[in-house]
Amino acid sequence: MNINMKTLLKSFEKIGRSFSSRALRLGAATRLFFLILIYSADSFKRIHLTIREIYFTGVMSLVIIIVSAFFVGMVLGLQGYYTLQKYGSSEAIGVLVALALVRELGPVVTALLFAGRAGTAITAEIGLMKATEQLSAMEMMAVSPIARIIAPRFWAGVITMPILASIFSMVGVLGGYVVAVPIIGVDEGAFWSQMQANVDFRFDVVNGLIKSVVFGIACTIIALFEGFDAPPTAEGVSRATTRTVVTSSLAILALDFVLTSFMISG
Amino acid sequence: MDKIKLDAWVGIFVSIGVISLLGLAMKVGNLTSNDIRETYMVTANFENIGGLKPRAPVKGAGVVVGRVNSIEFDTEAYHAIVSIDIDKRYVFPKDTFANIYTAGLLGEQYIGLEAGGEEKNLEQGDRITQTQDAVVLEKLISQFLYSKASEEE
Repeated sequence: MNINMKTLLKSFEKIGRSFSSRALRLGAATRLFFLILIYSADSFKRIHLTIREIYFTGVMSLVIIIVSAFFVGMVLGLQGYYTLQKYGSSEAIGVLVALALVRELGPVVTALLFAGRAGTAITAEIGLMKATEQLSAMEMMAVSPIARIIAPRFWAGVITMPILASIFSMVGVLGGYVVAVPIIGVDEGAFWSQMQANVDFRFDVVNGLIKSVVFGIACTIIALFEGFDAPPTAEGVSRATTRTVVTSSLAILALDFVLTSFMISG
Repeated sequence: MDKIKLDAWVGIFVSIGVISLLGLAMKVGNLTSNDIRETYMVTANFENIGGLKPRAPVKGAGVVVGRVNSIEFDTEAYHAIVSIDIDKRYVFPKDTFANIYTAGLLGEQYIGLEAGGEEKNLEQGDRITQTQDAVVLEKLISQFLYSKASEEE
């Protein structure tokens, strides 16, 4: 009986410890976010640092974004046509492809790819900088690593994400067009005109952009924090990189639900 | 990589982004086709609005001239009060007829405006008095059945 009580107590302890450590990490990540905001002014004085990071997160992600967007658009076109032609409204395929891309798939898939392509790179880079004590060396030289290393990466991610998301949506629509008009033979005029009649700039395109900005903030903060927080070992960095992908993906999908429910009700 | 090349790549990247956004706005979205900025609001009372929703199009002779702003229920007269924003470029006479139509058999509902003969035009805050309700399919069918039944007697 006594032993049972002890094991029970131990398991509760475990739950409590995992909860408090998570709460601690969330608090530390929030603190990092505010530190970044405070040091942003300093980092904007050296804008070329941010531009360099936009190159590494944005330009280097361009190929994967364009190729996957094209395929996503083509698959949407094929699947949409399969269902719509049963109801004799295959001209609505343009609306389906455009709305699905602009409202949901554009921001979400871009953010997921971004977390895998750029987020992991950020975590590994910063984790390794920490492991090799480059960050402490900077502090010794009175250079704030947040202003010099963290903040430029943050702003690069926030700027890059909406750009990538709009590229994704546009390329995806072109992919849907390629399948629908030349291959299946939907009328071109109906394809574009139905799309224009049903996609609203403010309600669909702008809301998609807002989503991608929020995802950009979440993704980069998670990647930066995991890198900053990683134990200074090879194993620690590899685990932090894995956690970046898992946490960012979950955060993106959960935030997407919250944002969508606000946007639809509002 | 030297700085100029890097700047050039980032510039290209940002321009592609801006072009895509413009494409989304112009080609995919409706920013060009019915960009309604300056509007005046009129109201219309309907006994039954069917499935009309806010932001539904308002058409004159098939051309989109405005959008439904809001739909409210009047507890005194038990009517629906529909507020319509009409583009300032289009004027309609005071005795304009407002009908609720359905686009296609199962499509969205919209308001069709038919101009009357009055010389004065509708202005901000005016009310369209002549309206025709949405066609409710059940009513139509039951009317048809009743008329059939009375024919047979």
